[in-house]
Amino acid sequence: MATTEEIRSQLAEIVNEVAGTPVDDVQQDKSFTDDLDVDSLSMVEIIYAAEEKFGVEIPDEESKNLKTVGDAVAYIERAQS
Amino acid sequence: MIKTSTGAQYARVLGIGGYRASRVVTNDEICELIDSSDEWIRTRSGITERRFATEEETVQMMSVSAARKAIERSGVDPSEIGCVIVATVTHLHQTPAIAPIIATELGIPDAAAFDISAACAGFCYGVAMADSLVRGGQAKYVLAIGVERLSDLTNPRDRSTAFIFADGAGAAIVGPSETPAIGPVVWGSDGSQSSLIRQSESWTDYMDAADGERDRPTLAMEGNPVFKWAAYTVVKKAQEALELAGLAPEDLDVFVPHQANNRITDAMLRTLKLRDDVVVARDVIRQGNTSAASVPLALEALYEDGAVKSGQTALIIGFGGGLVYAGQVIELP
Repeated sequence: MATTEEIRSQLAEIVNEVAGTPVDDVQQDKSFTDDLDVDSLSMVEIIYAAEEKFGVEIPDEESKNLKTVGDAVAYIERAQS
Repeated sequence: MIKTSTGAQYARVLGIGGYRASRVVTNDEICELIDSSDEWIRTRSGITERRFATEEETVQMMSVSAARKAIERSGVDPSEIGCVIVATVTHLHQTPAIAPIIATELGIPDAAAFDISAACAGFCYGVAMADSLVRGGQAKYVLAIGVERLSDLTNPRDRSTAFIFADGAGAAIVGPSETPAIGPVVWGSDGSQSSLIRQSESWTDYMDAADGERDRPTLAMEGNPVFKWAAYTVVKKAQEALELAGLAPEDLDVFVPHQANNRITDAMLRTLKLRDDVVVARDVIRQGNTSAASVPLALEALYEDGAVKSGQTALIIGFGGGLVYAGQVIELP
């Protein structure tokens, strides 16, 4: 099972690939829209890539609640367990 | 024993033509009625301006103009066109269909003529049917048109759609060929997601209300799920169309997806892994999303820009409300 830090780090790579955000900026307390300049369409791409990468399902209604990197990491951790 | 028809061994697209509605509408003009900005629209869609039809630029008028160009470029005599297919969701007249009227205005006598409703996939649906009709011997030449006046069904105060939709027409002549030039179509639908792109209410509900105070029905769209479907489901159909045509991704010369949104095109390209020098249609930037007309209009633009030439292979794929999609590889005329 991946650790919280491993999930954050892999998610950071996805965010970097989709939105060009530097990997080091993708920290737990950062808001996707306010801090990382991720817009709604990029968020769709990040969610899809995360679903593929982590083998989890993130329904549209859930993805709306994933405001920060920490929210997403926690969701993925729960979904994987 | 019943005799059956025998068609050409192969079919090909012989000529393409387009008609752009004349009124240029800037993002700033769109933003007079919605809380948005030129920069927001550009980053979310790539669109810098779009075309809206004037009163004179009817579905019929735009179709005839586009078709005349396609017929002329194909060198086909209109009298040999056996079938006219018009793909549109904005011929706002239940019956008759617009296709017979267009055929007559074009001087095509006694052609089979009918409209199809396959939203933004309409042109590719039309090309698929044209290919089959020619190879099946049901028509020697087929005229397939995609035409929309989406401005008639756009709510200018809906900030999620007002900046997207636009007006125009595109047409193609499909006829017999001595060599293979249209690959198998990959097409399908998913009615379980019919609410993602929809007319806001039915005409009958609207008419029954008849209180004269209600705005008439317009197009509504759930942008993010549509984006996800296009970027991750439709792209697999594009890959399948390439495979069925016997092409590897690096063999393809030109990619013409429905001009819905540049961000969808970008996402598709990340998956498709085409050649670095593949020509990619980006007509949405100056034209907006013209639904059934977008693929032929984008193709015509590539010719006008000198970006493509006859004999190249192009993957065309349309996708939209239904949900519906259709894509195939064609050899460019």
